Amino acid sequence: MPWQIDMIVLFFVILCAVAAITVKDLLSTAILFGAYSFMMCLLWAVMGAVDVAFTEASVGAGVSTVFFVAAVFRTSRRTKD
Amino acid sequence: MKFFGFVVVCLVGGLLLYGTADFPDWGDPDSPASTHLSDIYIEHAFEQTQVPNIVTAILADYRGFDTMFETAVIFCAGLACFLLLRDFKERKERFYRHVPTGVILHVKNSKKALRVGRDFEHIDKDWIPSDLIIKTVCRILIPFIQIYALYVVAHGDFSPGGGFQGGVIFGSSLILLAISYDLKILVRRIKEKVLGICAAAGVLVYVGIAAICMPMGKSFLDYSALEMFVFDPHHVRALGMLGVEIGVGIAVAAVMAIIYINIVSEGRHDEGL
Repeated sequence: MPWQIDMIVLFFVILCAVAAITVKDLLSTAILFGAYSFMMCLLWAVMGAVDVAFTEASVGAGVSTVFFVAAVFRTSRRTKD
Repeated sequence: MKFFGFVVVCLVGGLLLYGTADFPDWGDPDSPASTHLSDIYIEHAFEQTQVPNIVTAILADYRGFDTMFETAVIFCAGLACFLLLRDFKERKERFYRHVPTGVILHVKNSKKALRVGRDFEHIDKDWIPSDLIIKTVCRILIPFIQIYALYVVAHGDFSPGGGFQGGVIFGSSLILLAISYDLKILVRRIKEKVLGICAAAGVLVYVGIAAICMPMGKSFLDYSALEMFVFDPHHVRALGMLGVEIGVGIAVAAVMAIIYINIVSEGRHDEGL
């Protein structure tokens, strides 16, 4: 696997992680976490851990995003800090 | 205070990065795991278990105890969500929509209830007219997602996937139904009791298959004891793993639905996303 792809994906992982904690809107944070999980899933797949990638895609990018959105829907959408 | 927290985070992060420098390289053949353990699994997993996917063989057979208690943890997560959030009190005010005219009625008296049928329908407090495109697309997609989930569970021995992933995919198909239509449709289709029983039954299937091995003369979780129950004794371990994965899938799918329903409706199971 060319290392350039690794680097691009890793850059996006860090970008999503930093964006998720700086953004004020919690709904955006949930979506950014989904994107983060998807990028991690790509990294696992590149490293050959296909089972882990599958779990990350279904749990991290799929269901947990929905749980976050549901929790935001029932609480508040903006953070104070 | 904020500055202090930032410094602490930077220090801990630096320590963690410093610690990872001692890790063996990715795919290093001289790392401790690769020199002793991996060889044995790679060389003997197929002849011992007849399962082509070594990851499944390790998770469900060599490390069967781990997976059993992981399933129990998932069950506990669903149970905790239910115990914390479930609220059996009925909501005092209700909203109805007169179907032919679209007039919305707000009933504040909890004793007064309109008959829901052709004329009136229940709606949520913050009701949005449902979109035909979303409804239709989800109605077409959901059966395929569910079939795919069953495929993932059944093919856990051969390809990536297994009970956990398949269960999550099945659970998210149920969640998709609730999102695209209405929470009430999901709650009406699959009763809360059924979900609870499924979550417990999945764990019970796993523990049951593991426990049956003991009266057959082998140790706990030794699937080779089940030879007399299966039609193909050569693949007894693969079939034992399949049974266990089915149990995991049932439990996980039910727990995902329980968690979603309880979070999104604040435990009242009446209206949600």
